Amino acid sequence: MRIASSGTLESNDCFITVKESDHLEIIIESIVYEQFKDQIESVILDVLNARDIKHIFIHIQDKGALDYAIRGRLITAISRLEEKQ
Amino acid sequence: MRRSLLFIPSNTPSMMQNADIFGADAVIFDLEDAVFLREKDAALHLLDAFLNHFPIENIEIIVRINGLDTELGLKDLNEIVSNRIDTIMLPKATYQSTLQCQQILYELENKKAMHKTIKIIPIIEKAVSLIEINQIASLDRIDGLLLGAEDLATDLEVERTLEGTEILVARSLVVFAAKAHGIDAIDTPFIHTSDPVGLKKDALFAKSIGMNAKACIHPNQIDIINQVFSPSKKEIEEAKKIIIAEKEAINEQKGVFSVDGKMVDKPIIDRAHKVVEKQKKWNL
Repeated sequence: MRIASSGTLESNDCFITVKESDHLEIIIESIVYEQFKDQIESVILDVLNARDIKHIFIHIQDKGALDYAIRGRLITAISRLEEKQ
Repeated sequence: MRRSLLFIPSNTPSMMQNADIFGADAVIFDLEDAVFLREKDAALHLLDAFLNHFPIENIEIIVRINGLDTELGLKDLNEIVSNRIDTIMLPKATYQSTLQCQQILYELENKKAMHKTIKIIPIIEKAVSLIEINQIASLDRIDGLLLGAEDLATDLEVERTLEGTEILVARSLVVFAAKAHGIDAIDTPFIHTSDPVGLKKDALFAKSIGMNAKACIHPNQIDIINQVFSPSKKEIEEAKKIIIAEKEAINEQKGVFSVDGKMVDKPIIDRAHKVVEKQKKWNL
C-alpha cells in the first residue's frame, strides 16, 4: 500500500496523509471541525476534481489551516504519492 | 523605491498569511535557503496556492527562487511567474545567470500572455558577482541589487564581523553600481534578530555610505529599518522649502537662488525632489 504525507501540525497548518484506495474516503480532524468541516471537505473535493481523482484515502489533521494551505498541502501529498507509483 | 524587504519562508502558513501586516515595503517569499531540500516541493505548492487564493495587496511581492544552477530554479520560475508577483530575487547572481533569468522571464510572460513585466533583484553574494556587478546592473529588468554578505563571506573565506570591515568594499560596489543605474542599493540583512541597537547602528552605517534599503529576516527589524531609511522631519521640511524657492526662482527667471543663506544648485534640488517623493510614497 503506497502512502505519502505533507504539512505540519503547527498552528495555521495541517498534516495530510494520503493512501491508495479502491474507494473515496476522507477523514477530517480539525480544531474547528464544527464550524469548518464542510469547507475543508469542499477544498479537498475541489483539488480531487481538478485532478480527476475518484479513489483515494485522505486523512487531514487540521490546526486551523486556511483554504490555500489545505489546497497546497493536499497537492503536495498527492504529488508525492504519484511519484511513488 | 523601498526601505525594508522582509524574508518570509514559503513553507510556513502562519507567517505567509500575515505578510502584509508587518509594515515592510516588500515581502520576499523564500523558496531557497529557508526551505529544507526535502520540502522544496511543498513550499512551491503552498506558495502557488497562497498567491492564487489569498488576497494580498499594496505591497511588493518578491519571490526568491532557487539558483538557476539547479533544476529547482527553473521549476520555480515555471510555476511561480505570473501576474500575481512583481519581482524575482535571483540568488548567487552572475552576469550569465541574470541574463538567463531575464530571457526565461521574457519567454514565460509571452507564453502565459501576462500583462506584467517581472523585475529582477540579483543577490550579490559571490566574488564573481562583484566583479561583474556593473554588467549585471545594466540589464533591462534589474530593479535593485541586494548584497548577500553571509554567502559572500563564505566565498571570500573571511569571518563575518559586527563591524563589517570585510564587506565594506562589497557594500560600496553595490552602492556605486545601483546608483549608476538608478536602482535600489539594498543592504544585507542584520542576522542578530534580538539586537535592535546593533541593527540600528548597522543600518545607519549602510545609509551613510549610500544604501537606500535593507533586507530583514525578522518582523521586529522592520520599524527600525523603515525609520533609518526614511527622510527625517527636518530633511522633509528643508526639501519643501527648497522646492518652494525653486518655483519662485523659475517664476522670477533666476538661475541661482539661496535658502536659509545656502546657495542651492541642481544636485540639491534633485535631492529635495527625491526626499519629497519618499515622503509622499511612505506617507511620512
